[in-house]
Amino acid sequence: VATSVGCGRQSPACPSHCSRSVAFDVSSLGQAIVWDEYLTGPFGLIAQYSLLKEHEVEKMFTLKAGRLPPADVKNIIFLVRPRLELMDIIAENVLSEDRVRSPLRDFHILFVPRRSLLCEQRLKDQGVLGSFIHREQYSLDLIPFDGDLLSMESESAFKECYLENDQTSLYQAAKGLMTLQALYGTIPQIFGKGDCARHVANMMIRMKREFPGGQNSIFPIFDTLLLLDRNVDLLSPLATQLTYEGLIDEIYGIQNTYVKLPPEKFAPKKQGEGGKDLPTEPKKLQLNSAEELYAEIRDKNFNAVGSVLSKKAKIISAAFEERHHAKTVGEIKQFVSQLPHMQAARSSLANHTSIAELIKDITTSEDFFDNLTVEQEFMSGIDTDKVNNYTEDCIAQKHPLIKILRLVCLQSVCNSGLKQKVLDHYKREILQTYGYEHILTLNNLEKAGLLKLQTSSRNNYPTIRKTMRLWMDDVNEQNPNDISYVYSGYAPLSVRLAQLLARPGWRSIEEVLKMLPGPHFEERQQLPTGLQKKRQQGENRVTLVFFLGGVTYAEIAALRFLSQMEDGGTEYVIATTKLINGTNWIKSLMEKLEPPPF
Amino acid sequence: MAWNLKEDLRDCLVAAAPYGGPIALLKNNFRKEKSLGSRPLLEIYSASGVPLASVLWKSGQVVQLGWTASEDLLCIQEDGTVLIYNLFCEFKRHFSMGNEVLQNHVREAKVFHTEYGTGVAILTGAHRFSLTTNIDDLKLRRMPEVPGLQKLPSCWAVLSQDRVTIILLAVGQDLYLLDNTSCSVVTPPGISAHAGAYVQMAVSFNYRYLALFTDTGSIWMGTSSLKEKLGEFSCDFRAPPRQMVWCTRPRSKQRAVVVAWDRRLLVAGNSKECIQFVLDEDSYLVPELDGVRIFSCTTHEFLHEIPEASEEIFKIASMAPGALLLEAQREYEKQSQKADEYLREIKDQNLLAEAVRQCIEAAGYEHEPETQKSLLRAASFGKCFLDKFPSESFVWTCRDLRVLNAIRDYQIGIPLTFAQYKQLTIEVLLDRLVLRRLYPLAIKICEYLRLSEFQGVSRILAHWACYKVQQKDKSDEEVAHAINQKLGDTPGISYSEIAARAYDCGRTELAIKLLEYEPRSGEQVPLLLKMKKSQLALNKAIESGDTDLVYTVVLHLKNELNRGTFFMTLQKQPVALSLYRQFCKHQELETLKDLYNQDDDHQELGNFHVHSSYSSEKRIEGRVGALQNAVDEYYKAKNEFAAKATEDQIKLLRMQRRLQDELDKPYVDYSLHDTVYSLILDGNHKRAEQLYRDFRIPDKRFWWLKISALAEREDWEEMEKFSKSKKSPIGYLPFVEICMKHHNRHEAKKYAARVTPEQRVKAHILVRELDQAADAAIEHKNENEMNLVLSKCTAATDSLVVEKINRAKAQTLKK
Repeated sequence: VATSVGCGRQSPACPSHCSRSVAFDVSSLGQAIVWDEYLTGPFGLIAQYSLLKEHEVEKMFTLKAGRLPPADVKNIIFLVRPRLELMDIIAENVLSEDRVRSPLRDFHILFVPRRSLLCEQRLKDQGVLGSFIHREQYSLDLIPFDGDLLSMESESAFKECYLENDQTSLYQAAKGLMTLQALYGTIPQIFGKGDCARHVANMMIRMKREFPGGQNSIFPIFDTLLLLDRNVDLLSPLATQLTYEGLIDEIYGIQNTYVKLPPEKFAPKKQGEGGKDLPTEPKKLQLNSAEELYAEIRDKNFNAVGSVLSKKAKIISAAFEERHHAKTVGEIKQFVSQLPHMQAARSSLANHTSIAELIKDITTSEDFFDNLTVEQEFMSGIDTDKVNNYTEDCIAQKHPLIKILRLVCLQSVCNSGLKQKVLDHYKREILQTYGYEHILTLNNLEKAGLLKLQTSSRNNYPTIRKTMRLWMDDVNEQNPNDISYVYSGYAPLSVRLAQLLARPGWRSIEEVLKMLPGPHFEERQQLPTGLQKKRQQGENRVTLVFFLGGVTYAEIAALRFLSQMEDGGTEYVIATTKLINGTNWIKSLMEKLEPPPF
Repeated sequence: MAWNLKEDLRDCLVAAAPYGGPIALLKNNFRKEKSLGSRPLLEIYSASGVPLASVLWKSGQVVQLGWTASEDLLCIQEDGTVLIYNLFCEFKRHFSMGNEVLQNHVREAKVFHTEYGTGVAILTGAHRFSLTTNIDDLKLRRMPEVPGLQKLPSCWAVLSQDRVTIILLAVGQDLYLLDNTSCSVVTPPGISAHAGAYVQMAVSFNYRYLALFTDTGSIWMGTSSLKEKLGEFSCDFRAPPRQMVWCTRPRSKQRAVVVAWDRRLLVAGNSKECIQFVLDEDSYLVPELDGVRIFSCTTHEFLHEIPEASEEIFKIASMAPGALLLEAQREYEKQSQKADEYLREIKDQNLLAEAVRQCIEAAGYEHEPETQKSLLRAASFGKCFLDKFPSESFVWTCRDLRVLNAIRDYQIGIPLTFAQYKQLTIEVLLDRLVLRRLYPLAIKICEYLRLSEFQGVSRILAHWACYKVQQKDKSDEEVAHAINQKLGDTPGISYSEIAARAYDCGRTELAIKLLEYEPRSGEQVPLLLKMKKSQLALNKAIESGDTDLVYTVVLHLKNELNRGTFFMTLQKQPVALSLYRQFCKHQELETLKDLYNQDDDHQELGNFHVHSSYSSEKRIEGRVGALQNAVDEYYKAKNEFAAKATEDQIKLLRMQRRLQDELDKPYVDYSLHDTVYSLILDGNHKRAEQLYRDFRIPDKRFWWLKISALAEREDWEEMEKFSKSKKSPIGYLPFVEICMKHHNRHEAKKYAARVTPEQRVKAHILVRELDQAADAAIEHKNENEMNLVLSKCTAATDSLVVEKINRAKAQTLKK
């Protein structure tokens, strides 16, 4: 079964296009880019520094207040998100430019992902708008992360949508979907669940009317678009992910496909040097499906990774042994020709063995086990209505606050809210232990629905759990037969929704859908008759699942699992506003109040 | 001609636009004495004489009429003012040719076209020239003086050479060339010494050739650079001609000049002979790209050189392949076998493709549909006998002719030739149809030629709509409805452009109605703001989902309205309100408070005060004050928990400050937990106890906290005392754990003995007493526990324990 829609076809942002756009058509006197720091990560995925260099980019700076660093270039390009606070910094940069000493430089501004009237007005108010020769936009809405994964990497999307009622990122999502449709054809069916999903679908329908030039004549690649609000399934990101990739993210944090790991395990294992020159810099690795081994193990339950690694180790050493059997010149030549591939495989294996060891140290710890046990109790519906001992003990021992918040929120979600007494107890414990300043964070969690008071006497979660089979007791981690393997028992609600949509359809779960927040809907976009798909026998449908507010690696793994199922009949491509895990998700909702210095 | 002229052409100022353009007439009272009270009529006709519009001329004395490249009429007045009218005699704008012209008056003027656009050249009463090369980007140029010029030149012309516009003028027998800076005398090469004085000159359509007529009847023809002579012709007429124009076809080797007198027309070229025609009535010559249009009161004719293809075919007794093919096709229609003979003759010479090509080309030049058809039929017939003849030229010629025949119809009246049509391009032709408000025909043509909607039908409909909004006799509803009916959701239509036009015409209501149809909010909003319909703009911005637009309108409103109204407006728009709140959070904190106040949002007000207690207040009193405000708001919000928690925080802050003063250590902004911890760490157990009671710290947590701190302090004695103070609410396993964490196995063992039986195995494992752990596990008969112990065993040291457990396991199995 083919798993991915090719990256090249997928991404509207190919490197050459980007660099052309970044490097304005300006004189060849050289240029410097001043980066909005947040953009460097995502941009790294589509344009390497070397590529920019080819396009006459000589210097790169990070945007900060004050005067620009000196650089012998004619053109200064600001590459920024359209945010007012950044405009003020830019204005300061431009105004403090030393007009006497340094030669006159030309300024340009490139907004990502789109120009903003508001920001330009701000620059105008600051009296610098006229200083910019070019004011352009680079519509980087959806960034390709992998062959089947696109993300907007909009850090605060969830917070903005659900806390602040600021739907900027939804507008961007709709724009991104329009670009996607312009490239890969109109998506005939749109399903959705949640208020944000409804909003995005409405905007898409509206934008379709705005596009000049009428019908898109590209044969559609996607059959269905499924828009899902994150707040339909608040549970999945709170639970600890148990896939290989999910755990790497939980423990070390994957940023823009890169992970930084403690260096000790990656020391070169050569005799003689042992122990002396341990590297001190963290080891930085890129993780994506281009690496054969990683593609194979990333979505497996971590407990199934070890056996794969040892099997691989045997195969590789057997392959290296081959050289002893190579007798003729032809055989040796063939062996040598395979060497680069084998060496790459060996180093990849070494890396992942090290990572797996690092993770195993943590997953075998008692605390990890206790935490997981409590999570699983909550998810399977045990004792969700009273104060949990483990949580209490963790607070008493002052474990990291985010861990506590994840547990408390998880319990609240699994109980459709907590009783007043329980809720107040937790809140009091947290404030007394971690400090009163977290009262605003707690308030935010309540506003987002992660933490709430049980209003009705009825707890809906068990019904939802049973109807949608969210908890599977007999989970097979090694050879999974259900998506619940990604959390070793819990089947992510969001992915279950996608699965049930494909078969047998949402009509079968109307009752449960009503219990989940926000409307569910279906829209059809008419295709010209020539473009309507006539499905061949055995040909898979392709569904684009867009998670508004973020998606976890475990959920992605679950969708990939569904894509690969023999009789699945549906392939999934995933898009999201941001790749998240419980930790960075909760963090994005926290209010950072710091006491004034004395 | 369809017109019914009251005046003689000779009594009128006449201007006819090239490319089959319209004709403007203005009765010329310049020559006759002014008749007071009767104003002349400015009339515009199509090339076929169909009246398009007329208007009574109320402005000043007009010296010259001329057409711009975009078919606007220029009326050059004596005072140097140039008035611009459109095809329908509607005044568009005016401009002046400058003060010098105003003082000295315009004596003569010429309108000319170059790559820069439409230009105007003026000869003033002071015998000076002024010109502009582009009336849309007016830059006046005053040409240098001609030395010794005392009277008006006998004739002059505007030349364009290498992108420079220059003036050639004749005074008697002398020719002068005026460029930007200088005036030079020139002599045409090869002109005979007795040629005489110049009385008329003509420049070809493309500025490449020049013809001069002298009072001896000699016509000199050459390049306009005056470097080469093409020919000279001597005619019998000495009188200065009324008009002289070039008649030549692009890429043709033949060049000819047409000279017109009152009743005579003469075509002179390279040869000794000339062609003469008699003119029955006053006629007017219009130079075209490939010939000359000649119109009079009753007729409108086109004089041109016969194209080679047509000549080959229609020449008497021509044996050219095209002619033979035409003949063959005719015979074929008559069902005569001669058809085959003709065909064979062409095929034998291998010229069939050439014959087809000739017929197609000649068809293009024909004006009579019947002749076009017979030629095309012949081409089509010939094509049948060819294997690979590319069909495009045939298909396109058919299509083009269809279009040309349609616009040549006298009701439309644009007599374009094939060559002119190709030069003009279909886009410009469509523009011209639109200018004449011939929208249906333009749309038909677009549809027929299958032009993309974007550049074709949509554009025309948009023009139609822009015209429609100017119809003041119809109500806003009617107009808006009519426009929407016709335009619908046609892609590429910009309703906002049409609305902008309506707004420019002063029809704001109509503009708003039209904007309703505009799907792109990005286009709606700025215009609505411009029209001061900010509230509506806000609705539209919100509908679009584009937050940037919403922000733009909100900030616009903020400046436009007073604060109260502004807040009220936001109140009705939750989306805008929350965005504005975000804005305030980063930009105007105080406004944020006002917003919450207005909403009576006490919870948020409470949060606001908490925020400011951390971010804007520096001193403890200030911070406490802010928190006190928060308490009040939280109570109003009926958020008892938050209120109580805040009160506790105030209490804590005060206490921390006291501690800070007394103990000279920083305590402020520690959490309660950390404060107590820190106190215990310093041995201030009493104070710690007090906080524990004052803040009602749960026992369990206090025990955890205390033993952790004591362990860190390594105060084992105190810990033991504490452990015995009462029964531990957390059991004794935590004691074991914490002691081990601080590497005190000795102490740990003490507590390991006190844990509950269920925790015994774990405790013994912790203090590394595997033997006892094994005993406990065996006692419990708990296999899980036994396995746990096993997993901690190492083969080298703990073999006895392993053996013991295995034995026990075996026993349980037996049972």
